Amino acid sequence: MSEKGTRLFGVDPLILHEHYEIDYRHSYAEDSPFFVGLTKGKLLGSRCTGCGYTYATPRSHCMECGAPTAWYELVAKGRVHTFTTCHYGGEAFLHETPFTLILVEFDGINTLFLSRLKGIAPESVRIGLPVVARFAKTPSFKVTDVWFEPAEER
Amino acid sequence: MRPVYVISGGITKFAKAHPDKDFRLMAKEAYDYALRDAPRFSKDMIDGAVGSYFSDHFTRQLKAASMVQDYLGLCPRPSKRVEGGGATGGLCFQSAWEAVASGRMNCCLAFGFETMSRVNTWKGNEFIALASDTNFDFPVGGFYTGYYAMMVQRHMHEFGTTVEQMAMVSVKNHGNALYNPYAQKAKRLTIKQVRESPMVATPLTMEDICTMSDGAAVCVLASEEIAAKACDRPVKIVGVGSGSDVMRMADRPHGKVLLLPHERESDYVHLKYPGVHSFRGGRMAAKQAYQMAGIRHPLEDLSFIELHDAYTSSEIQTCEDLGLCKYGEGGRFVESGVPFLPGVDYGMSLPKQGRLPVNPSGGLLACGHPVGATGLMQAVFAFWQLQRTIDKHLGDNTIQIKNIKPGSRGLIHSHAGTGTYITVSILEAT
Ligand SMILES: [Zn+2]
Repeated sequence: MSEKGTRLFGVDPLILHEHYEIDYRHSYAEDSPFFVGLTKGKLLGSRCTGCGYTYATPRSHCMECGAPTAWYELVAKGRVHTFTTCHYGGEAFLHETPFTLILVEFDGINTLFLSRLKGIAPESVRIGLPVVARFAKTPSFKVTDVWFEPAEER
Repeated sequence: MRPVYVISGGITKFAKAHPDKDFRLMAKEAYDYALRDAPRFSKDMIDGAVGSYFSDHFTRQLKAASMVQDYLGLCPRPSKRVEGGGATGGLCFQSAWEAVASGRMNCCLAFGFETMSRVNTWKGNEFIALASDTNFDFPVGGFYTGYYAMMVQRHMHEFGTTVEQMAMVSVKNHGNALYNPYAQKAKRLTIKQVRESPMVATPLTMEDICTMSDGAAVCVLASEEIAAKACDRPVKIVGVGSGSDVMRMADRPHGKVLLLPHERESDYVHLKYPGVHSFRGGRMAAKQAYQMAGIRHPLEDLSFIELHDAYTSSEIQTCEDLGLCKYGEGGRFVESGVPFLPGVDYGMSLPKQGRLPVNPSGGLLACGHPVGATGLMQAVFAFWQLQRTIDKHLGDNTIQIKNIKPGSRGLIHSHAGTGTYITVSILEAT
């Protein structure tokens, strides 16, 4: 289909096709070290320099006390806090369905981390399942450069 | 602050698409309905307006509310747009309340609309998912049903909530809508049919989820003086509250429950709150609105509730946030029959059927969810309920809450994102 030609869906009322697209120059700004970390196989969280609250996500200032946070490296092993398998999705992700989303919990860390879970049948996923982070060999500088897979249970 | 009343309202029929009407005309239809419904009310009484629509992506027209303002012939009176995701309509209602309560206006129009049919359903889902963190959440597979599915999985884990209890909400709300001609998706369902409909994100099926809509709704809010002049049976706004939560679900704390007056800390010794199973912002909104309205026991003090059931699961979660039952009891609360309408046959046994109807209109699940209009639609249904005019407007009296008398109260609840903005407003019959 040509983006220049006019395509009509109906004449009464008159309904026509419109295309819209835009490119952005997107900065990760203060969160940049997190995405660089992923390219080195490191999952970086943020720990408050004031009250010690520990986030599993980037956040340059603490929402508890307002003090700056410092980066720290998360242990790449955690557990499934909750999960779902999506059989539909937003248009951008429809071709990837079904995929499994999880929130990961880490020992001693106050908050969770949203990621994909791969390498397991959807019906085998359960809350508490030990998982381990895996990193993309060829980074795309997106949060999807990290995902989780089931860890060996001891 | 001075007392504020709802004196009129109007709704267009919510539908999958209204290709023959743009957003201006939809808003105009709802507005004209409201003008006609209060015979002594006239356009000159309106001091200004607040407009609400959620998405510039769906509309692809920035400042669309300005175009409604001019279409309704309200220029050069004050106007602004309010946006807050799914809670846009509820925030708009409260913004109009603020204008009148503060004395800035004597009469303020709240109008809301959404035109979601302009893109396909999955593109629409993508637009909505842009209301999650676009660096950390959206790229992972941005999909609101997925987010809600994760929340309810945790709710099920914490409290033993079942998919059948969720399905009962779907049966109830789609069933209620059979008596509401404004609804988009009325039907009689069974628990089995809900569970056997296509799986969208485990455990939520197609029948656990509201649909996208085109539609508009308006509410007219006024001072006591205007209300007495223009309206035979105004409805008083006796409580407003709102709350918020952290954008990324992952960042939500696991702390202590925000208690309502009828609860005790000992009720929740082991519960880590809100986590991802509860909506702290909804609890905050309820707490404020109850305090303002003097409500101590919501189950006894309210006659009905219209709440934001974008998902069957979120209705269960919200019943807990509103303190209709304790945290963790939402599933059993539904099973008991309390939130069903009395006198309607849902095809199941409901021991306490009809004690406090929740979503008598059919809610978002069945009425549809044209985002900017939704919270105002709830306000209009609540207004009609408390005026005892459901029969007049719907042509059917089935969902009219019986025993509404002066002082009876209804609650409306509007909710955005994964609980990032939430409003609760309480209306009272006069
Ligand atoms: Zn801190």
